[in-house]
Amino acid sequence: MAVARVVIVGAGHGGFQIAASLRQNGFDGAVVLIGDEPHLPYQRPPLSKDYLDGKIGFDLLQMRPEAFFADQRIELVMGVGVTAIDRSAKSVSLSDGKRVPYDHLVLATGARNRVPPLPGIELDGVCYLRDLAETDALKERLGSCRSAVIIGAGFIGLEFAAIARGKGVPVHIVELVDRVMARVVCPDTSAHFGREHQKTGVEFSFGARIERIGGEGGKVSHVTLGDGRTLPADLVLISIGVVANESLAAAAGLAVENGISVDEQLLTADPHISAIGDCASFPSRHSQRNPVRLEAVQNAADHARCVVNRLVGKPHAYEALPWFWSEQGALRLQIAGLTTGFQQVVLRGDYEKGEYSAFCYAGDKLLGIESINRPADHAFARRLLAASRGVSPAEAADLSFDLRAAAMARPAS
Amino acid sequence: MPQVTYVSHNGERTTLDVPLGTSVMQAATLHGVDGIVAECGGSCMCATCHVYVEDDQLAKCPEMELGEDAMLDGTASPRKPNSRLSCQLVMTPEMAGLVVTMPETQT
Repeated sequence: MAVARVVIVGAGHGGFQIAASLRQNGFDGAVVLIGDEPHLPYQRPPLSKDYLDGKIGFDLLQMRPEAFFADQRIELVMGVGVTAIDRSAKSVSLSDGKRVPYDHLVLATGARNRVPPLPGIELDGVCYLRDLAETDALKERLGSCRSAVIIGAGFIGLEFAAIARGKGVPVHIVELVDRVMARVVCPDTSAHFGREHQKTGVEFSFGARIERIGGEGGKVSHVTLGDGRTLPADLVLISIGVVANESLAAAAGLAVENGISVDEQLLTADPHISAIGDCASFPSRHSQRNPVRLEAVQNAADHARCVVNRLVGKPHAYEALPWFWSEQGALRLQIAGLTTGFQQVVLRGDYEKGEYSAFCYAGDKLLGIESINRPADHAFARRLLAASRGVSPAEAADLSFDLRAAAMARPAS
Repeated sequence: MPQVTYVSHNGERTTLDVPLGTSVMQAATLHGVDGIVAECGGSCMCATCHVYVEDDQLAKCPEMELGEDAMLDGTASPRKPNSRLSCQLVMTPEMAGLVVTMPETQT
C-alpha cells in the first residue's frame, strides 16, 4: 500500500515534525501541511517564557525558514482551516472552499483554551496564552498593566506570573483546588513552587471560585470571587487548561474520548487517518496502556516520528518516554514519566534549598521523577524510565546510591 | 561576521554566518541545518542539540555550566569529551571558524 500523498492538518510541533521527518526518511511523495494560523510553523514553549519576556523575537521562534519548505517540497497552506473530512473520497475541505485529496491524513489539530462560562469573559483585557496572536496581545497589555489576575495555577499561569513579577506587575493567582500544578506534580513540589512564587510577591487564593469578571466601559476592572472578595485587575489571564480539538474527527465518525482515539501505532480506526500530539488519546506503554492524552512538545514530535516510520514502511508501537518541563523565574522543573496515580513520594536532594527530585511510586513501581533545579537527575530519570529500570524507594532516598551508574548501566531492552 | 561550520553525521559540511550573541543551535535551526533538533527551543532542557566540537576549539567556547553538563548525560548519541549542547554555545569573536559535528541521532 504505497502512500503517495500525505496531508497534515495542524502546523504545530507535531504537524511540522511529520513533514520534516517524511523528507528526512526519504519520502518522495507529496506533503501538504495545513495550518489555521497565518505564520510559518513556530515553536510554542518560548511563547510563555523568553518571547513574552521580550528576550527573543519571532525569527527565533520559527521552526525553519521559508526556504526550507520550498527546498523540501513541503506545500504550506497557512491561515486556512479544515472544515470537514470526506473519508470515502479521501479528501479534506478547506475554509476557503478548496478540497485537498490525501492517501494518508494526519490529524495534528492540537488543543484549544478551556474558556470558563463566566460573566464578563468577553471583556477587553481577558487574555489567553496559547498561540502567537494571543501572546502578542498579552505582551502588549502587560507593558501597561497595573495589576493582573491569573485564573488557574498550572504551568502557563505560573510561567506568566514569573514574567509579570519580573516586570514589577502585581499578580494574584486564583486557583480552584488547594495547590499549584495539582494535575501534574506531587504535593511537595506544589508546596515548594507555591512558596517560591510567594517570595517574589505573587499572591494566591486557593480553593477559590470566580463569581464574575467585572468591567467598566467594556474593559476589565476587577474579578469577584465566590466569597465576595474583589480583586482589582486590568488584565485577566485565563489559564485553566485546554481541550482537544477533536470535532473534525468526531464529525467524520471517528472515535473520540478526551481526544481522538488511536491505537499503539497512533492510527485511528480508519487505516488512512492517524492522529498525533495534543489531540490524540493513545495507549501509552508508560500508563499501562491506558489511554492518555498529553500536552507536550516531546509527545507531539515523537508521535510524529512514529507515524512517519509507519508511513515509510517501518511500523512500530509508540514507546517513547513522556517528559515535560517548565521554567518559572529561577525555578526549573523537569518531569520524566507519568506520575498519575502515585501513592508514595521519595525526595532526593536538598528540598529546603530547592534542588531536589521527587520520585513518585505506585507500590514499588517507579512511575516518574520530578526534578527541580537538579537537571542531572532528570537526565538519569529519562534513561532509567525509558529502559523500565526501577530504583527502589530506599535507593532513591539514599544519596550514596549511585543514580548515574544505575542509569548508565542501561540494559538492551 | 564569524562563521560556524556544521558537519553532518555523514560528512556533509554547511558553513553559516552566525551573529555575535546568537547560539550555534539558533543559527542552525534558522537556516534549516539538519541534525540539530532542539526540541525545547534552546532552554537546555532536552539534550537534542548535541554537537561534537573540534578538540582544539573547545577552549574557545563558553565554559560549560552545571545544567549543560548534567543534560549531556541524557543525550541519545554517546557523550564524548568534546560534547556540547549547541544552545549553550553563544557566539563570541573567539569562536569564529568553529567546526561542530552532529551526532548520529538526537532523539
